[in-house]
Amino acid sequence: MKEKSCNKLEESKVARDAVDSSSLEQPLLRVRGLCKYFPIFNKGIMRKQIGIVKAADGISFDLMPGETLGIVGESGSGKTTVGRTILRALDPTDGEVSFFCDNDIIDLATVPRKRLKKLRTKMQMIFQDPFSSLNPRMTVRDIVAEPLIIHKMAKGKELEDKVTEMLIKVGLQPEHKMRYPHAFSGGQRQRIGIARALIMKPLLVVADEAVSALDVSVQAQVINLMKDLQQDLGLTYIFIAHDLSVVKHICDKVAVMYAGKIVELAKTEQLFKDPKHPYTRALLRAVPSPDPNIKMEFGLEGEVADPGKLPPGCAFHPRCRECFDKCKSEIPELLQLKKGGLLSCHINSENKKEK
Amino acid sequence: MSKKTKTTASYLSQWQLIRLRFFKHKLAAASLFIVVGLYVVAGFSEFFATYSTDMMNINQQYNPPMPVKFNFSDGLYVNKVKRNIDPVSFHKEYTETDEKIGLTFFGKGHSYKLWGVIPCSRHLLVATNTTEEIGTDKETFFYLFGSDKYGRDIYTRLIAGARVSLSIGLIAIAISFVLGIVIGGISGYVGGKTDLIIQRIIEIIGGFPKLPLWMAIAAAMPQDWSPLTVYFCITVVLSLMGWTGLARTVRSKLLQLREEDYAVAASLLGASHSRIIFKHLIPGFTSHIIVTLTMRVPGMILGETSLSFLGLGLRPPVVSWGVMLQDCMNMQAVALYPWLLLPLFFIVASVLSLNFLGDGLRDAADPYSAK
Ligand SMILES: Nc1ncnc2c1ncn2[C@@H]1O[C@H](COP(=O)(O)OP(=O)(O)OP(=O)(O)O)[C@@H](O)[C@H]1O
Ligand SMILES: [Mg+2]
Repeated sequence: MKEKSCNKLEESKVARDAVDSSSLEQPLLRVRGLCKYFPIFNKGIMRKQIGIVKAADGISFDLMPGETLGIVGESGSGKTTVGRTILRALDPTDGEVSFFCDNDIIDLATVPRKRLKKLRTKMQMIFQDPFSSLNPRMTVRDIVAEPLIIHKMAKGKELEDKVTEMLIKVGLQPEHKMRYPHAFSGGQRQRIGIARALIMKPLLVVADEAVSALDVSVQAQVINLMKDLQQDLGLTYIFIAHDLSVVKHICDKVAVMYAGKIVELAKTEQLFKDPKHPYTRALLRAVPSPDPNIKMEFGLEGEVADPGKLPPGCAFHPRCRECFDKCKSEIPELLQLKKGGLLSCHINSENKKEK
Repeated sequence: MSKKTKTTASYLSQWQLIRLRFFKHKLAAASLFIVVGLYVVAGFSEFFATYSTDMMNINQQYNPPMPVKFNFSDGLYVNKVKRNIDPVSFHKEYTETDEKIGLTFFGKGHSYKLWGVIPCSRHLLVATNTTEEIGTDKETFFYLFGSDKYGRDIYTRLIAGARVSLSIGLIAIAISFVLGIVIGGISGYVGGKTDLIIQRIIEIIGGFPKLPLWMAIAAAMPQDWSPLTVYFCITVVLSLMGWTGLARTVRSKLLQLREEDYAVAASLLGASHSRIIFKHLIPGFTSHIIVTLTMRVPGMILGETSLSFLGLGLRPPVVSWGVMLQDCMNMQAVALYPWLLLPLFFIVASVLSLNFLGDGLRDAADPYSAK
């Protein structure tokens, strides 16, 4: 099954590459310098701020319509924060999120809450946990129909028809409408979540570890479903995962995050063939791990950096095998590579000097 | 579990599951019937009563309960009593005579207005008196549970007292429900400083010693207030003390559920705050709210009775279980006329069954219970 999906993906990717280079299209999403800092409070009676967690720090990327961006990184690297800040589930501390919709560019980072409601029809989220993301007290029909009801997009028979159609699209049976989520398996529940997210035909979908909680065999099914729906509905995905092998099958480009920052961003093929950042390389070494329980085993020594207490210089340097003096004092910048892609590592500048 | 029940289970809502589990709990199910029964009787107290609460009969003070008998020629009947007064102690003794008073179901008795509106004169069980006899010296009296020192019917007063004692709990609960939901809701949904302040206030209220507070309030209550005002005041006092527990439940549940993915999902779908709160968050713990409320009703009932018993709460001519128990302050009276203690039996019965009901509801509503 996986093999088949790979071939299919290859085709669509080639097609998209062509589009990319031929036209200077307006990106659907343009993120610049996006930051989300969480204050840390002490536990006493008087709440006093004692620090700050830079969960996302200076995130920038472009996303073309129809493209899929993967965001990978270890637990706590800030992937969820980035996803939620883009969708304004969290208010960003700083930065700019230009969203191109209805021939208009809207800055999602600053758009007032009132206007945000309408924009919700254009951007949606698929959640990681298929158990907690569905209200256990609502029937499948109520869950999937809710977006249409909130935005008054359909009523009566039209509503029922749309729900039925969507359920069929995600591979569920219309008879399941009156059931409650507890009667479904994890994979089926995730399909319900996908149906809810896509029923309004959004432009942008953030899938936050949408398959991480699922069995490996079910993972492939759900990924294939998401790919089919992408082509069907012309969706643009931000696909968050902590596992590079998942990303490989669905993403056009991949951003690798470490401690709230993007350390490398490249076309999927290029990233897998020629990873530049030592962290990316470490992640790639860990890919063949067949045991889904060992998520954090990246062949890396040391602990994941705590975004609340970052080391000076490059946040990755205490764990880096190629670390040298400069890494301990200077924070590397995210720079464009000649071959395409972005990299934030001093090796990059060293190489440049040599050349 | 057979395959069939398994498939139907997937179509059952939360409430249907709770009901199934609840009725497996026999004691709780029985308590439910008792509680419902008590409230029905309290609701239609004028009909269930034999007389009016202020009916006095100086000729039959401290009449003991009259056992209801049955035979085929007379139907239901009680024996008439004859009073002898001990010439030394003035202690009144009643002896049964052979004369019978017939009893009829749904017979005509004292006329009354149901809920103060609907004129009516039928009662559940009355002594057979002709309409002309009622209210005159010829009327024969039927004291099912005996009479008190003014010859008032204890059974009638128990039922009338049930209306006051049981309703005061419900009304106090309703007020504390509103207070608890609103204040707890604000605390949990808004969070931050607001939450902090509300929590401290709750702790202060919770730390107040109850009895001195009640006494202070009773002392502050003007003596010339009408019984209705006093009743209202007692209710407010009880509910002001009682909302904190619910507010805590609501707050902690909101804090917990607010972070659930489905709440985040709803807000990302564009749902308004009120939709999120009322459609997604509150339904997640209505069962908890109901349980918390049920568990608090007995406390409210006990609060009213103890206040009234101590003379701090309701006062005659209002009839409540606590007011009736004031007659038991006198140990000698209790020793000689033990039926005066009957309100106690009803208090215990209603408090116990409400507690069992609450327990059963909690077990049924808790999704993690073992069964
Ligand atoms: N509401 C919050 N308040 C304070 N700190 C937070 C909050 N949310 C996230 N963080 C911190 O921000 C950092 C990034 O968290 P985030 O959930 O984005 O990581 P992640 O990459 O999605 O991890 P995972 O793979 O475990 O989902 C973590 O260190 C986390 O502790
Ligand atoms: Mg996450």
